[in-house]
Order: sequence, then C-alpha cells, then structure tokens
Amino acid sequence: MRVTCTVNGVDRTADDVWEGESLLYVLRERLGLPGSKNACEQGECGSCTVYLDGTAVCACLVAAGQAAGRDVRTVEGLAPEGGLDPVQRAFLQAGAVQCGFCTPGLIVSVHDLLAHNPQPTDPEIREALAGNLCRCTGYEKIMDAVRLAAADGAGAA
Amino acid sequence: MDFLNPATWADALKMKAERPDAVPIAGGTDVMVELNFHRRRPPALLDLTRIGELSTWDLDGDTLRLGAGVSYARIMAELGEQLPGLAMAARTVGSPQIRNRGTVGGNLGSASPAGDAHPPLLAAGARVELASVRGTRLVPVDEFFTGPKRSVLAPDELIAAVLVRPAAGPEQFSKIGTRNAMVIAVSSFALALHPDRRAVGTGIGSAAPTPRRAAEAELFAAGQLPWDTLGALDPDVVRRFGELVAAAAAPIDDVRGTAAYRRHALAVMARRTLTWAWRDLCG
Ligand SMILES: Cc1cc2nc3c(=O)[nH]c(=O)nc-3n(C[C@H](O)[C@H](O)[C@H](O)COP(=O)(O)OP(=O)(O)OC[C@H]3O[C@@H](n4cnc5c(N)ncnc54)[C@H](O)[C@@H]3O)c2cc1C
Ligand code: FES
Ligand code: FES
Repeated sequence: MRVTCTVNGVDRTADDVWEGESLLYVLRERLGLPGSKNACEQGECGSCTVYLDGTAVCACLVAAGQAAGRDVRTVEGLAPEGGLDPVQRAFLQAGAVQCGFCTPGLIVSVHDLLAHNPQPTDPEIREALAGNLCRCTGYEKIMDAVRLAAADGAGAA
Repeated sequence: MDFLNPATWADALKMKAERPDAVPIAGGTDVMVELNFHRRRPPALLDLTRIGELSTWDLDGDTLRLGAGVSYARIMAELGEQLPGLAMAARTVGSPQIRNRGTVGGNLGSASPAGDAHPPLLAAGARVELASVRGTRLVPVDEFFTGPKRSVLAPDELIAAVLVRPAAGPEQFSKIGTRNAMVIAVSSFALALHPDRRAVGTGIGSAAPTPRRAAEAELFAAGQLPWDTLGALDPDVVRRFGELVAAAAAPIDDVRGTAAYRRHALAVMARRTLTWAWRDLCG
C-alpha cells in the first residue's frame, strides 16, 4: 500500500509498504531517515522514539498505516539542516554519547521531557527516560546532559 | 494483508462483521510486537485510532464512560480524581512511550492475566461495553475474562468502552516487579473502599489464569471494617484479609516468580493497600 505522511515538515510518500510494517521500517528503509534506531522492535529500548502528532512514541510499535496523514518528527527534524538542537548540543558537551545507538531516541525523549517540564528534578528525569535503554554510559553522563540542556533553557526554545 | 481504516465507529463495526478475522489495532503496543516477531500474520488489521469518539471519556450521571481508546497517559493526566486506582495502575505501565500509546481497550483485548488495568477495574466493579452490528451488551469485568488471553469478546465484536462509577472512596494499587518501569507484574493487587455502600472491592493480577476478584475477602472486610467509628484497623482483620486474598489466587511457578512467592506477595499487598486506603478514608 501507499503511505503518505508529513515527516519533519515535509510531505513524504512511501510505496509498496507491507500492511503489517512499522513506522520505524518506513522511516529507515523507505524514506532514508536512519536516525531513529532499530534495536528491539518491541517497545523496550526507546531507540526508535519519534513524535507522532506531537506525542513521543516508539516508532516500532506504530503500524505504517496508522501514521498515514499524520505528522511525524524524527531526531533528524529537531534542528534545521546543519544545526543542532540545544538537547543535541548538551549531549555532546556532557559526553553523553558513546556508541551512540541509544542517542537519537534519548534526544527525542529529552526534547519531549523539557518541552513539558523545562526544569525537571532528577527523579523526574529518570522517570521520563525509563523507556530508553543505554548499554554504554551508565546513564550518569546522560543525566548531566539533561541537566545541562535544562540549564541552557532547552525546554523554553 | 489488508489495512482497514474506518473513520467512524459504525464503519468499524460493519468492517468487523464482514471481516471477523481482522485484528483490531489501537495503540499497537501488543499487536505490533506480535507482527514484528512474526508471531502473528492476520489477514487484516483494523485500525481504530481514527475513530475520535473511542478516545474520549465522559460522565453521565454517576457513570463514567471511558472510551476503549483512551491512553494510559491521558488516564493519569485527566482521571486521577475519578478513577484513582486505574490512574495508579496506569502510572506503572511500561514507559512514557508505551503509556502515550497503550489503551485500556487494548489491555482488555489482550486479556493477559498480568494486564495492569484489570485489577483496578475489578475492584471498582466496572462493566465492559461490547458492540457489534448486532447491538451492544454490557459485561461485568469479572465475567469478561475466560482464560489466559481469552475473553467473552465475540469475533464480530469490538470493545467500545468501560463503564465505571467514579470512586466514592479511596482506591489503591500495588504491583510487584523487578524494576519500577517496564515490568510485567509478578503479581498485583487493587483495592477499592466503597464507604457509601460499606463495601470493599478487590482485583488480583498475575496470580491466576485470569484477573479475578477475591470475593470472600471482600465480604469479610466489608463486615469487619469499623465503618461507624472510622476507628483504627484491627490487626487481626488486616491479617485475615491478606490470607483470604492470597487464598483466592491460583498462581503458578514461572520465570517471573513462584506460586508460593506470589501468594506471599498478595497477602502483603492486600494488607498494605487496606491499611493505606483505610488511612485515606479516615483522613
Ligand atoms: C515495552 C512494553 C511494556 C509494556 N508494559 C506493560 C505493563 O506494564 N502493564 C501492562 O498491563 N501492559 C504492558 N504492556 C502491554 C500493552 O502495552 C498493554 O496491554 C496495552 O494496554 C495494550 O493497548 P494497545 O492499545 O497498545 O493495544 P493493541 O496492541 O492495539 O491491541 C491489543 C489487543 O487488543 C485488541 N484490541 C485493541 N483495541 C480493541 C478494541 N477497541 N476492541 C476489541 N479489541 C481491541 C487487539 O486486537 C489486540 O488483540 C507493555 C507492552 C510493551 C511493548
Ligand atoms: S526499537 Fe522500538 S523500542 Fe526498541
Ligand atoms: S551510548 Fe551506547 S547504548 Fe547508549
């Protein structure tokens, strides 16, 4: 089937989509947007987190057809081409990226957290990121990055 | 595979009648896992996310009608006052991403003994509204589940809503797992005090082939609680309540825990939730 949706502000169309396919597969394999990562395909790791109509969801658990006509925003669309969102900058500054596989999903989750709660407490950060797994960093640098982004007013942006 | 995307509830019911083999998909948090892992290859998916009325709730007299498609995140944000037990359970589901998508209708549709919405719905005495082109029926939630992942839902039916009275007294929910997030319950327990009727509601999760009530424990507590004086709880009553809740379960040993542990945990959760709820009631 054909699926058309808005991705990062642009109307995109994917053809020959299998009806049982996930939005994540469409983004990565059909629309050339490999930012969202595929690690578990079962909602456990959060590395595929994207905005669907402004709500943070696991793209691996959205059926392609459910995204038709909707607004999708991926990690690639958080900042203008060539630029970085304050959350992305904070991750780099804090050294919160090691292998980087979890990073795109975490960036979207943190972006979402700060949009709703610009000055989160540590327990609030941990709660908000409970669905994003990182096997490398031990999370401390990620906590640093979120605190840094919040201090820089990322949520207000 | 076909992808059916009805825009109205009437269309959805018609499609389900014509294609009883179509698998409904709401938040997709159970269905997509099965598709991604090739555990299921249904001839059709029936997308319910475009039916606006399914993701609304409203209050009609003393009945709250919760649309099957309302997400856990919205239950937490909007229904903490009216359905405190369900809102507490919603807070323990998966992660923010799962709670943004997952629905109570989907939880009932999957009918897992471990589904976290079930115990608070049992404790609150909720009814499930099932609809088809043949009409609508209301099933008390304690008659909805028929076995592990099985329910009375007919092949041509869809779950429209859950009907429940807003809490008239304190409700509590407790869940045992290895982590505070992303956990399928080892066992869980929900309690509701109905001071207006001097009744007690219970719901046991993950400790029997289906979610179930602890009917004997409910009657015992209703008869023994000091409703008139709102005085201190008798420790013997609390202990006996825990024993009766544990006795109502029929747990098994599995990877998440042993039957003996589940019974033990249920007695502890029952005692704690009764103590918390009674304290809430007495202010
Ligand atoms: C990472 C992860 C963590 C999870 N953690 C928890 C947890 O902590 N607690 C918990 O209880 N569950 C958990 N789940 C399971 C799942 O999120 C819940 O069961 C959720 O309520 C399913 O809702 P959904 O809308 O996503 O259902 P879907 O996946 O869309 O559907 C589930 C089932 O219900 C049927 N269905 C859906 N809507 C209807 C309807 N209106 N009428 C008839 N049938 C319908 C579908 O056909 C399917 O069989 C988790 C899942 C994942 C992936
Ligand atoms: S790939 Fe979607 S949550 Fe892991
Ligand atoms: S940096 Fe490697 S998984 Fe997080």
